[in-house]
Amino acid sequence: MQIYLPIAEVSVNAFLLLGLGGIVGILSGMFGVGGGFLMTPLLFFIGIPPAVAVATEANQIVASSFSGVLAHLKRKTVDLKMGTVLLIGGLVGSGLGIILFNYLKALGQVELLVQLCYVVFLGMIGTLMFFESLKAIRNANRAGGKVIPTRRKHNWVHNLPFKMKFRVSGLYISVIPPLLVGVLVGVLAAIMGVGGGFIMVPAMIYLLGMPTKVVVGTSLFQIIFVTAFTTMLHATTNYTVDVVLAVLLLVGGVIGAQIGTRIGVKMKAEQLRILLAIMVLAVCGKLAFDLLVQPAELYTLGESGHS
Amino acid sequence: MIRLCALLLLLALPAKAEEIVLGLSRDQVAITATFEGSDILVFGAIKREAPIPDRSELGVIVTVAGPDEPVLVRRKDRRLGIWVNTDEVEVDAAPSFYAVATNLPMRDVIKDVEDLRYGITIPRVIRSVGAQVGDSAAFTRALIRIRAAEGLYQVLEGAVDLEQETLFRAAISLPANLTEGEYEAHIFLTRNGRVVDEYITTIPVRKVGLERWLYNLAHENAFLYGLMSLTIAIAAGWGASAAFTLLRR
Repeated sequence: MQIYLPIAEVSVNAFLLLGLGGIVGILSGMFGVGGGFLMTPLLFFIGIPPAVAVATEANQIVASSFSGVLAHLKRKTVDLKMGTVLLIGGLVGSGLGIILFNYLKALGQVELLVQLCYVVFLGMIGTLMFFESLKAIRNANRAGGKVIPTRRKHNWVHNLPFKMKFRVSGLYISVIPPLLVGVLVGVLAAIMGVGGGFIMVPAMIYLLGMPTKVVVGTSLFQIIFVTAFTTMLHATTNYTVDVVLAVLLLVGGVIGAQIGTRIGVKMKAEQLRILLAIMVLAVCGKLAFDLLVQPAELYTLGESGHS
Repeated sequence: MIRLCALLLLLALPAKAEEIVLGLSRDQVAITATFEGSDILVFGAIKREAPIPDRSELGVIVTVAGPDEPVLVRRKDRRLGIWVNTDEVEVDAAPSFYAVATNLPMRDVIKDVEDLRYGITIPRVIRSVGAQVGDSAAFTRALIRIRAAEGLYQVLEGAVDLEQETLFRAAISLPANLTEGEYEAHIFLTRNGRVVDEYITTIPVRKVGLERWLYNLAHENAFLYGLMSLTIAIAAGWGASAAFTLLRR
């Protein structure tokens, strides 16, 4: 069934959108990532104008994250205090990100920046996570299936001022690192048009030392507010949020997220991480390939900036 | 009514040798939620007082053009091993949609001079003053190539049926990815590649119903529209969560 999208001004198959929403929703529920880093390129691919894809995706992430966070709240795996600190950083970051985005848009190089951001960050995080989880799985096997709890290392993160107690995470650390993580994620989220979960989740695990159990729920909590903020910004300045597209994606997405959250609970943390790492590396590889190989069509059409 | 008046006025004018009398299968296109593209049948007759001139061939050209808009065309080049946008040319005005249908091969129905004057073939329709890059013609060609691949620019040689040098008809199919605006249908009558009569009519292409309402809301009440989008998103997220909780019981 074809549906004409009023803002995107293209006609697409409704079931294709429902399916895409569903698959990305499952992944988002499993890994606690908004799924934006998968969905946004997929939307480009099926012919949605990039500006509409980025703005609408922000709206859709709100829905799937909300669905996911409710499931996590019920199991008490959300650190609200940590989430709030990350959120403050995130809002500041997304404001900065939009300023940077508009500056580069004026230079005409914004697409390149977005693609390079994807390749660099996805590549780095994917590789790190992949080897780390591989090591963890090997260690677990060697120990006869039992995971030996490693004592948390004390690094520079633990020597900063303004310490705060995060009871749900079982941490007593300075608020500076979570704030900085929030800002970084906010900047990248605004530039790349994603929720930023795929950067925040590893940062929370490796940098802040949060237990994997609460990481997913907490990142979803933060993502809701940052993407809601981004949606409003896009809707009021660029008029590029397509509500029909968003509804189709989120109907598939919220159902997928519920299924994904339940799959995620049944899997071991290491397995979850290695799967996420493989997925991140696959997307990174595809984008790098596009940058390195000569495209079939060297020319692209864009909206004129002077109109 | 206006059209009828215009037609009567045309009839009253001192006659050209051959004139177009036109009909359209629809005088507007409505974009609904399930819009999948639309066919427009352009048909008409050639009215003449004198017998058909037998020495020359009669050409009929039907064009349908969407609203003009500026387009930025970018070209990629390899820099430091990766493909990046390097050059760009702003094309001042290019129609969002353009179809040109003829009854004979293009070079037989219209001379270059006349094409230049009336702007009939696709390269003649696109206005590009751009001198920013040396080979700006390559950018215009790329624009045509990309839009043609999307079905937005169509050259339909031989798509006009002409019977008895009097009745003609052409079906133009509008694709699903249409933009709104006043579309112009142009009919040219040619003899020996020279235009002898010209007829213009507009076909409004408009979103209707829900599509219209959402589009207006998004542009006129952006804040409200944004809040509505967020509310729908949160309600859907909450709804799915509640539904799954019920299912598990």
